[in-house]
Amino acid sequence: MSSFVDLVFILVVVIDLFLLASSRLGASIRNVAIQGALLASLPLLLAGEGHHLGHAVLLAGGALAIKGFLIPWLMFRAIREASIRREMEPIVGFVPSMVLGGVGVALAFAFSSRLPLPDPGTHAFLVPTALSTVWAGLLLVVTRKKAVSQVLGFLVLENGVYVFGLLLSDVMPVMVEAGVLLDLFAAVFVMGIVMFHINREFSSLDTEKLSALKD
Amino acid sequence: MLLRTVLHLAAFLVLPPLVLGVVNRTKSVFAGRVGPPLLQPYYDLAKLLRKGAVYSRTTTWVFRAGPVVGLAAVAAAGLLLSMGGAPAALSFAGDFILFAYLLGLARFATALAALDTGSAFEGMGAAREVTFASLAEPALFLCLLVLARATGTLSISGMLGAGLPGAWGSAAPALLLAAISLFVIALAENSRIPVDDPNTHLELTMIHEVMVLDHGGPDLAFILYGAALKLFLFGAILSRLVLGRGDGALASEALFFLGVALFAILVGVVESVMARLRIVRVPQLLVGASVLSVFALVLLLR
Amino acid sequence: MLFVIAVPLALAAVALLVPSNRRRPLVLLAGALLHAAGVAALFASPPPARPGAWLAFDPLAKVTLLTTTALFVAAAIYAQGYLARRDDRDNRVFVGGLLFLLATMTTVALSHHLGMSWVAIEATTLGSAPLIYFNHNARSLEAAWKYLLICSLGIALALLGTFFLALSGAAPGGPRSLLLEDLIRAGPMLSRPWVRAAFVFLLVGYGTKMGLAPLHSWKPDAYGEAPGLLGALLAGGLTNFAFLSIVRVFQVTRAAGDEAFARDALVGLGLLSIALAAVFVVGQRDFKRMLAYSSVEHMGILALGVGLGGAAAGGAFFHSMNNGLTKGVLFLSAGNIHRAFGSKTTDDVRGAARRLPISGPLFLAGFLAVTGSPPFSPFFSEFAILNGAFGEGRFLVGGLFLALLAVIFVGMATTVLAVVQGDPGNAPRVPNSGDSWLTAAPPFALMLLVLLLGLFLPKSLAELFGAAAQLVGGRWE
Repeated sequence: MSSFVDLVFILVVVIDLFLLASSRLGASIRNVAIQGALLASLPLLLAGEGHHLGHAVLLAGGALAIKGFLIPWLMFRAIREASIRREMEPIVGFVPSMVLGGVGVALAFAFSSRLPLPDPGTHAFLVPTALSTVWAGLLLVVTRKKAVSQVLGFLVLENGVYVFGLLLSDVMPVMVEAGVLLDLFAAVFVMGIVMFHINREFSSLDTEKLSALKD
Repeated sequence: MLLRTVLHLAAFLVLPPLVLGVVNRTKSVFAGRVGPPLLQPYYDLAKLLRKGAVYSRTTTWVFRAGPVVGLAAVAAAGLLLSMGGAPAALSFAGDFILFAYLLGLARFATALAALDTGSAFEGMGAAREVTFASLAEPALFLCLLVLARATGTLSISGMLGAGLPGAWGSAAPALLLAAISLFVIALAENSRIPVDDPNTHLELTMIHEVMVLDHGGPDLAFILYGAALKLFLFGAILSRLVLGRGDGALASEALFFLGVALFAILVGVVESVMARLRIVRVPQLLVGASVLSVFALVLLLR
Repeated sequence: MLFVIAVPLALAAVALLVPSNRRRPLVLLAGALLHAAGVAALFASPPPARPGAWLAFDPLAKVTLLTTTALFVAAAIYAQGYLARRDDRDNRVFVGGLLFLLATMTTVALSHHLGMSWVAIEATTLGSAPLIYFNHNARSLEAAWKYLLICSLGIALALLGTFFLALSGAAPGGPRSLLLEDLIRAGPMLSRPWVRAAFVFLLVGYGTKMGLAPLHSWKPDAYGEAPGLLGALLAGGLTNFAFLSIVRVFQVTRAAGDEAFARDALVGLGLLSIALAAVFVVGQRDFKRMLAYSSVEHMGILALGVGLGGAAAGGAFFHSMNNGLTKGVLFLSAGNIHRAFGSKTTDDVRGAARRLPISGPLFLAGFLAVTGSPPFSPFFSEFAILNGAFGEGRFLVGGLFLALLAVIFVGMATTVLAVVQGDPGNAPRVPNSGDSWLTAAPPFALMLLVLLLGLFLPKSLAELFGAAAQLVGGRWE
């Protein structure tokens, strides 16, 4: 059982690295969906005795529905509307971003052992995976040029934060977790609408075109 | 023990063209053809050895030495290889560095021979091949480092030997990542799709083929045989890495050869299913393999 | 307390359903007035503090809600005139969004559960982004996208910070909760490294929302392209709520014993914001972007005040009220000027005082107020902060603050005087866009309020600022 959880965490990090390397938007959206689905399974896998199983099931179900289905559906609609399939060479090239991501993963794993965790039974890979995913998401948002990739980066960042939230399943009330998920969905929804308008206005989702405002 | 080593060496010298045959047969099956017989590479080698060679007047002894040195280097690397869990014919601490550099020497000889022809086309091929090799080599070292760390030894015989099943128990995810990375490196080093297309006839898409274009007769036979040996080397490492169980000698040997056959089939499948990557994307692939290995190493270093 | 949150929310839904473009702004007015009534009722009979309650009416909430309610009522009246003139655009999303914004902002003020505050702040971002796009042109779209992405990014980092905070108290025997009171009470027991990490991430995250440098890059675009009405509410209202969230985290950090680090961070970011604003305000030709940089400056002043502590903290809370009201004046009058001339750069706009006899001079008065000229109230609050700085012996900080204020005064003066003075002559003119009761009275009323607060500060307000300052280890003098 423990090695399966190991595998899930490692797969999440591998998906992060794939996302940093990939230029195909359809594949990236699918990968983010798979990552979301994997993360949705974690509350159930990590729920030990004494933790509320009902809470875990609710959270897992909600996360799966939103991260695994609803949000990817919105993103696929966005790229279909804009008829784009590929990302252009990002500000920091694909190879350097992969290397930066790898360095981030290495550092996350190196330093996580130093952080004092309240519950000694926490899985050893949880915090490093969370931090690596946050770092990968940050890289994606900051370096990519297509609006869709930036939104994907935001999603990956939120995935990383979500992993971190798994540490706190009994401290955070269900309402707040539900609120976070809903906020995420609403954020992607609004971003989708804005992207639709951007596509209509600029006939492209290339954020380099959004450079009229500057000092 | 000695018998086993001798049998392994014999297998190493005799079996590689069969591996090549399996790859080609797999590709044919995927394409819906009957394809060449499994022993076709042997017939090709025999045919080539009987032929004469033509040497251009611009070439020197380097050109003639290239194929010979290449074959010798790869064959020497085979001495370091541990097959089926048994120790290799030659092993010492740090021999994986020698292994990697013997393969590098082989490639160096081939590239040098290509440059010796004085033709721009061969130079281009050599430049491309060496660029990819410069990215594949760190990846290879990282994979071997992961193996070294997981098994706690610095010799290939130790890495692929009796300590491997135990290492899988404690470091399975890292070894899995290393295996995937190693497979990508194998495809790169052997000039297979998605890095290079061995069957292409279009000059602009050739990378490895360019360098061997000018060789004929016995030289070409040496090069083809050397390529088969190299493919077998990588197949052997991967087979032992992934299928390295087996308690008895017979069981582990059987699994080993089965693994090599499976590796050949897998290479054939990959070649049939994917298209070759654009040249600018190949560095991405190789750096990706390196990053995976680094991640595996990080997992082991905690 | 739920009344003040639920009513705007309900009216937001109503606004989305009202079919008539002309009648919809009335819903906005109704919402503003009902909200004001609710807040007044809360002041009249404050709800008792209940342990374990997620909502509470503490001094911080009082200060911010007072400012916001005044601002929102003024904005709602202004909206009647503004939206009537802009009947070319469908204002369904705009009105509904504004009411939703009011509801979520009030939630942030009243929430004592840091998780719920986070949800509310993210909701404010999501609610305000579509409103920036009200003008439906390429520039406002770009502004809306940058605002949405940068603020969402910041707030995602703030979520990480919130989790860190929860983690600091998650050890067995710890508070294991995100309620403000629980965390403050358990202060010394909280795990210090996690609290510090939480403070950093929350400062970065909510600081992005507040517009502190270097996380402010969305501000000039968003405030520059949004309608003046929205700019007033965002600059005068929303930033205060981000500030409030940071102060709440600061309370916990103080209780945990990491006060010195937090103070240094706040002072550093505060000075950086003021300095950056000074650099970009000089020679700024677009007067709405200039106002955005002024907002960055004032957010820096707020951070500086809280970071310095002592008497400066009281000044900071007074300043949050003053800044809110003054930004209201500035953005509303700037909106009028923009409307009248059809442009917002000094290339096209001049002689606003002649063409708009109320909005022009109001813009000038607002500029004087916001840069700290007596007898307007920002002078007194900035003076209090400066006094506090020198009182604590931070002469370098105080001196730098003073110098930067002077630079900003000069920088803004060139732009504002160019806009207001002179003869409009053949500057572009948009028909039917002069000052009317509905568009000129609200900023005028707000300006009067700013003047009154400067001349005569009621004792109850002074006590309120003192109570708020005490929460962060300061006082009011």
